[in-house]
Amino acid sequence: MAIAAKQERRVIEGSMAVAEMVKRCRPHVVSAYPITPQTHIVEDISEFVADGEMQCEFINCESEFSAISICLGASATGSRVYTATSSQGLLLMTEVLFNVSGLRLPILLTCANRAVSSPLSIWNDQQDSIAMRDSGWMQFYGEDNQEVADLHLQAYKIAEDHRVLLPVMVCMDGFILTHAFEPVELPAQEDVDAFLPPYQAVAKLDPQQPITMGAFADPNYYMEIRWQLEYAMQQAPAVIEQVAAEFEQTFGRPGLHALESYRTEGAETIILGLGSMLSAIKDTVDELRAEGEPVGAIKLRWYRPFPRQQLIEALRGVKRVAVMEKDISLGMGGAVCADLRSALYDLDQRPAITGFVVGLGGRDITNRTVRACYERVQRGPGENIWVELDEDLLDPDMLRAWKQQWE
Amino acid sequence: MKIKIPIGAIAEPGSSVATKTGSWRTEKPEYTGEKPCTGCQSCVRACPEGAVTVEDKHFVVDLDFCKGCALCVAVCPIKGLSMEEEVR
Repeated sequence: MAIAAKQERRVIEGSMAVAEMVKRCRPHVVSAYPITPQTHIVEDISEFVADGEMQCEFINCESEFSAISICLGASATGSRVYTATSSQGLLLMTEVLFNVSGLRLPILLTCANRAVSSPLSIWNDQQDSIAMRDSGWMQFYGEDNQEVADLHLQAYKIAEDHRVLLPVMVCMDGFILTHAFEPVELPAQEDVDAFLPPYQAVAKLDPQQPITMGAFADPNYYMEIRWQLEYAMQQAPAVIEQVAAEFEQTFGRPGLHALESYRTEGAETIILGLGSMLSAIKDTVDELRAEGEPVGAIKLRWYRPFPRQQLIEALRGVKRVAVMEKDISLGMGGAVCADLRSALYDLDQRPAITGFVVGLGGRDITNRTVRACYERVQRGPGENIWVELDEDLLDPDMLRAWKQQWE
Repeated sequence: MKIKIPIGAIAEPGSSVATKTGSWRTEKPEYTGEKPCTGCQSCVRACPEGAVTVEDKHFVVDLDFCKGCALCVAVCPIKGLSMEEEVR
């Protein structure tokens, strides 16, 4: 396939790769509040604006609540809008996140994934964005900085499609990706402009033609308006796949398909995960395959909408699935595992699905972590299994309860 | 009046008539008939929803919009109104 698009290949920080891609998407308004590990992204964007490289209003504010509120207002006037945050910042935005989706404003937010307090941690896990799963925002997760940068470009095109009109969160692991220097191919401005035309709002705030957005809805209307939102989420998969295919044709890199399957041919066990942990998972799959183990990996790029149909297809005939995730819905287990089990429940034949909680608060996920999960599922199913706790830090009762998960 | 809901539930001016506040009500005001209405219009002025009219000394309430707040009952100088339980 001949790819006509020109690309510039540079070794840059993940945050800079995102900033460079956002610049090419030509947002009219950027408003954000600094929070580790997201800060570099908007620092880079503010420099672009100050240097005249970006024609955009960069609005400083006093909190994340203000940032997303400014974004909401700006998007309601028909502007393309961008923001970024992490952890406590995302949680502080919560109320407005639900308003943004309800108003059908296609704002793009980068979540530099970070653990949430308490205890205070600036390190990576995915608890922040996973906790926002019911907010009506689409959520996409990237494995490396090239993929994360590419997700931003595709995300705007999907979000602004009139069949969708939902806000979108692109999730990238804090520090592991945001602060890592990698070679990244950046598309030329004219190719981005051709791929992503200007945003056309269906309605916008205009003093000459007054309208009310987010009006009061009594019980006779509320459910229908919420159904509109759910219907849009149900329409989104077809639009996302279409945009992903167009992206691949234009730029020659993998598009935003729901899943990436890695060495899944003949696999009896699948290890499934989101984000940067896939590099350790793929590496371990290579090791295990070399030892003759029938194992493969699946990368989940979408979390909302949840790609139920694609997962049913991809897991047909598989005996065991190990879900590795960096979040915990306390009192139930990992959220992704629960969703996967729910998605496959109605099938006559389905794999045994075991959920592993890994890498919270920046605990490294190594090949040894992945191998522990693989070996555990060979011994039988389990749920809500925590991986690589330090035995010296647990009192005897807690240690016993944890060790029982591994029998 | 019902309005079709555009994407994002955007409302044009004047669309609040589509919000049927009557669905909030558990009791409705009724003229008891025990004492003759004087036609003083106190109930009309008290109604926060503009749901009450008095024509020819005859109390009329628009139940699509009456929230059942009972202000009309409270202000009636002859105590000619009362709240009645409704069953759905």
